[in-house]
Amino acid sequence: MNAPTGPVRWPGSQPFPKAAAAQLAKPGQRETLERVTHQIRAKRAGVVAERDDWQDLRRAGERIKDRTLRHLDGYLEQAEDALVRAGAVVHWARDAAEANRIVHDLVAATGEREVVKVKSMATAEIGLNEYLAERGISAVETDLAELIVQMGDDLPSHIVVPAIHRNRHEIRDLFAQRMPGVPADLRDSPEELAGQARRHLRQTFLRAKVAVSGANFVVADSGTLVVVESEGNGRMCLTLPERLITVVGIEKVVPTFADLEVFLQLLPRSSTGERMNPYTSLWTGVQPGDGPQEVHVVFLDNGRTAALADPVGRQALRCIRCSACLNVCPVYERTGGHAYGSVYPGPIGAIITPQLRGMDDEVDRSLPFASSLCGACFEVCPVRIDIPQVLTHLRARAVDYEREHGQRRGERAAFRAATAGLGNRALYEAGLRVGLPIAHAVTGEGGWHRLPSVGGKWTQSRDVPRPPRSSFRSWWAQQTSEEDASS
Amino acid sequence: MAETPGSAAGQTGCMRIALFITCVNDAMFPDSGKATAAILRRLGHDLEFPAAQTCCGQPLFNSGYRRETVALLDGFVRAFADYDIVVSPSASCVSMVHDVYPRLAGEAGGALASDVASLTGRVVELSQLLVDVLQVRDIGAYFPHSVTYHPACHGLRVLQLGDRYQRLLRAVEGLTLVDLPRAEECCGFGGTFALKNADTSSAMVGAKVDAVLASGAQVLATSDNSCLMNIAGALVRHNPKIRTMHAAEILATTRDDGERWRDRLPALAAGSTR
Repeated sequence: MNAPTGPVRWPGSQPFPKAAAAQLAKPGQRETLERVTHQIRAKRAGVVAERDDWQDLRRAGERIKDRTLRHLDGYLEQAEDALVRAGAVVHWARDAAEANRIVHDLVAATGEREVVKVKSMATAEIGLNEYLAERGISAVETDLAELIVQMGDDLPSHIVVPAIHRNRHEIRDLFAQRMPGVPADLRDSPEELAGQARRHLRQTFLRAKVAVSGANFVVADSGTLVVVESEGNGRMCLTLPERLITVVGIEKVVPTFADLEVFLQLLPRSSTGERMNPYTSLWTGVQPGDGPQEVHVVFLDNGRTAALADPVGRQALRCIRCSACLNVCPVYERTGGHAYGSVYPGPIGAIITPQLRGMDDEVDRSLPFASSLCGACFEVCPVRIDIPQVLTHLRARAVDYEREHGQRRGERAAFRAATAGLGNRALYEAGLRVGLPIAHAVTGEGGWHRLPSVGGKWTQSRDVPRPPRSSFRSWWAQQTSEEDASS
Repeated sequence: MAETPGSAAGQTGCMRIALFITCVNDAMFPDSGKATAAILRRLGHDLEFPAAQTCCGQPLFNSGYRRETVALLDGFVRAFADYDIVVSPSASCVSMVHDVYPRLAGEAGGALASDVASLTGRVVELSQLLVDVLQVRDIGAYFPHSVTYHPACHGLRVLQLGDRYQRLLRAVEGLTLVDLPRAEECCGFGGTFALKNADTSSAMVGAKVDAVLASGAQVLATSDNSCLMNIAGALVRHNPKIRTMHAAEILATTRDDGERWRDRLPALAAGSTR
């Protein structure tokens, strides 16, 4: 039996429809989410419109990633060689458990009880902070939003802006309660809050001996790691400590240094709506006397090779974690990230989580259905992941799983009946001929205001119109026979 | 603006045009099919209705019932194989044919794959037929009301209809086209999504209703009756006075005959081939 893979499931997670209902009811959250997602949406649209070659860039990003995935084994070996030549130590983690063990052992070997963290989706995916905390090592987040989430014992709800669900009043109160040395008159302006966080973090940076980061890209030919960030905390964590440990998904490899040209244009515009982000750090192994003298890279599989094996689903591995899809999703905009049950929310979460974790859990099986298939995500994805296509593909996998395990028999029977009715012309026509006049007769002028059972899901917010007295085809048959008769 | 596959101006005289009504319209919105026929007759084209058609299979496919969809795909191909053009007043169903059928048929293999390949280029949405193939803008419609238009997601993003319907509506005599705020946001239908994720769907349709009310329009038009059913169902609970209809029904309405096309198939325009 294989060990579990994929993002750690948050305790108490429910299938999406239930989880979403709870999130939709949270007072104030929808207003915050709407305001922020629309703001980022507009910024992104503005900077993308400046580029005549945006579609070419997207195609280039798609093709570089697809090429890398086709030859991932070769590129990973090339990356390892380059990293080792540059003085880094390379580790391979099959799953979250193995990755956590490797990182823990590397930290424990230094005797340090505190590490500083650069924001990293991969470490969030494996639940590293919790794993270390259980073993007496404190992992301090230094990205402001991650710090806010950590301080509030909260869970992140967005890939780039993890505290998107918090407004500045809540953040001010949190700092006042949890941050040492906060002045009593701290106001909730963004400048004051950021300034307070900066003072707090400065001490942490200066004493840190070990840092843990992720990486946006790993360049195979040079062994260079890349972190793209906005606040400078990454720069602090990557240069000051003596030991640097980087956890990175195997799909983050790009073949050559020149390939960065494409992704460094796609990523900032897609994620924060900037032409260029403030801090981009690139490091290649160890430079004697400058920066960390021990550099470790932990390559993480954790379900990625399972996704790679799926010819339709594997395009999800192109993802560069920009979050553009979250920001345009009409579902995410309303439910927020907590409804998705783990660290990857929104459209990308709906297609990556069930692939990394597999279909065994009903929460994961519910994620591909958490979409109206509007396609806004595909339009903005910088690497052209056809998210609607993968969603319907994963829905079929979920249905197949439930078929094999004898679940959801009622729905299956209903769809079998629908197929029989729709696939047989005589049945279909009889259904219309007999059913419509009855439906019309029993419905009032204004249609249905309340329906029982599953129909109630519709009528909770919508009426059902009165069915017509007869179908189009019966009207057509009658009209054209009259026409023939009179000609 | 994407080009309709196979647009061919000036070759329309001897074309056999078939109407793909869709199961939703057949059962619940027959007037959209009547309007489509009325428009084409007024333009001098006769329309055939292959009665063997039933459903394109999209509701099954989108719910994960892929194998079951193939049987319906096969039925669709057999019903429409002989026609030069297959026109439908449903962008979502046409998207199913363009976007999904080739992949599904490819998996099934054999003759089905080549049958689908030869058919998809001939299947068009109504506005694509009018604007790209027949190259008409003003079809002699008269509708003296303020109208706001909701572009259904499949039409907008998969078929890339662009502003075809807006241009057609602007050319209608007496009609004032008013902007729909946040028009490109999904109305929340998504097929079984509206039932499986009813709370989120309700929140989405609520926003669409707010936008329609904010537009101040007397009439809401769309390119897809599934979206219309969703939006109108919610809208009627806020303002039952706002009329809701498929854009085709506006385009079918004339000064001389008004909306009599709802009752009788109009006579074929003089000088047209039959």
